[in-house]
Amino acid sequence: MALKNLNNQTLTWLKRGVFLLALVPLGNLAVAGFTDGLGANPIEKITRSTGYWTLTLLMITLAITPLRRLAGWQWPVRLRRMLGLFAFFYGCLHFSMYLVVDQFFDWEGIAKDIIKRPYITVGFPSFVLMLPLAITSSDGMIRRLGGKRWRQLHRSAYICAIGGVVHYWWLVKKDLTNPITFAALLSVLLGLRLFYAAKDALKRHGKADTGAASH
Amino acid sequence: MPVYKPTPIPASEITPRPLFNDRRRFMQIAAGASLAALLPPSVWAADNKLAGVKNPAYTVPEELTPYKDVTSYNNFYEFGTGKDDPAKNAGGLKTRPWTVTVEGEVKKPQVFDLDTLMKMAAIEERIYRLRCVEAWSMVVPWLGFSLAELIKQVQPTGKAKFVEFISLNDASQMPGQQTSVLAWPYREGLRIDEAMHPLTLLTFGLYGELLPNQNGAPVRVVVPWKYGFKSAKSIVGIRFTEQQPVTSWMLAGPSEYGFYSNVNPTVDHARWSQAKERRIGEFFRRKTLMFNGYEQEVAALYTGMDLKANF
Repeated sequence: MALKNLNNQTLTWLKRGVFLLALVPLGNLAVAGFTDGLGANPIEKITRSTGYWTLTLLMITLAITPLRRLAGWQWPVRLRRMLGLFAFFYGCLHFSMYLVVDQFFDWEGIAKDIIKRPYITVGFPSFVLMLPLAITSSDGMIRRLGGKRWRQLHRSAYICAIGGVVHYWWLVKKDLTNPITFAALLSVLLGLRLFYAAKDALKRHGKADTGAASH
Repeated sequence: MPVYKPTPIPASEITPRPLFNDRRRFMQIAAGASLAALLPPSVWAADNKLAGVKNPAYTVPEELTPYKDVTSYNNFYEFGTGKDDPAKNAGGLKTRPWTVTVEGEVKKPQVFDLDTLMKMAAIEERIYRLRCVEAWSMVVPWLGFSLAELIKQVQPTGKAKFVEFISLNDASQMPGQQTSVLAWPYREGLRIDEAMHPLTLLTFGLYGELLPNQNGAPVRVVVPWKYGFKSAKSIVGIRFTEQQPVTSWMLAGPSEYGFYSNVNPTVDHARWSQAKERRIGEFFRRKTLMFNGYEQEVAALYTGMDLKANF
């Protein structure tokens, strides 16, 4: 099937397209900023929007492996690094809003928030955990770490995503529609991973069994 | 190479300045008229004006939050939970005819027609701070009179310890009520002495006009020393009770929203700090004032009370 494997040229164009697409939320904010479209509380709007897109891009990134297993598509894996880095990029913007505008480098206030405010207690480390993932995203780092260790490290993306959803859930005043949607999506994505991991384990086990030819 | 020469425009072809300007004016009027035609009558009719005499005793000397922000950034879950939902979805609210049923522990229970209610006392303009429980704030010029004026007329009995406010419950006019995000109708309440306090404003307008629908039309209360959600909007019922009413927000989150909900920088919300607030239009947060800056006026209401326990 043509969709399963794309040639290099198509992939290059696709990458460019996805790159531009991932910048649309930022572009929207910029346009709104210049046209008085951010509403009465622009700081809240920007913080909410960048947070939303951090989570959305994390979800898309985490959908790539299940997609490969379900549909047999290979090429999305080649977009994963870029998507993950965009999640980190929006996460940085989101965190900067908190650090600069909300707290204005009030480290004591930030420390208090991390201890006292559960949604920050879980949100802050989820963001910090994205740092080593972004740093080790280059080909050179993958080589240096070795595929196995690199994969283990990058499994912490699950923790970032779980932390991000909990962070959202805990900060919403009453209307949980969005956090519930993210939680459901993440459950499906992580559930599929567990399912495939169990299936693979069974298969290996089965092979070992037939090898011994016992039953 | 031939040089391009513009054909000279004969003087007779030049539009005289007054005509040219008039054309622009004509376009503006036409644009205005076609826009106005799209809006509900209440927006352009002159009858949405509401005059009030400025009450200098209740005028905070702070910069007003622009009309546009006051009327486009609202928490009014009856029209949706987004800040811009009320302005978008409140167009279908029918504010006339409107009655307010006053009942319960009063000697003279009565159903007031809105127009009668508005004529009960002289309308004042009061500039109050508004502090939302979400840690943002505004400064709004409200129009109305002390709720005490109404309370005196209906004569509460000795058993009237609390006042409950009931907002409109009609999902056909209030699309947000199609979801059960809060227990409908929206209910709020005050202790009788809080309700009788002259600061507690029975409110019909803002910025020199009748309340826009998204701001709680046609009648609401404004209790400036409490978090915004205590100030019930689109009120259809006022009930005097002996027992403390259970409010919609108390039902929604008993550990987060107490009956009193006084603005207090030293008592945090269960999940976020109340020490600072973002004044709409300002960049950095400012410190939140005790009782939202109305400490002098209202602190005596709470003498001897543990404000942490009675949040």
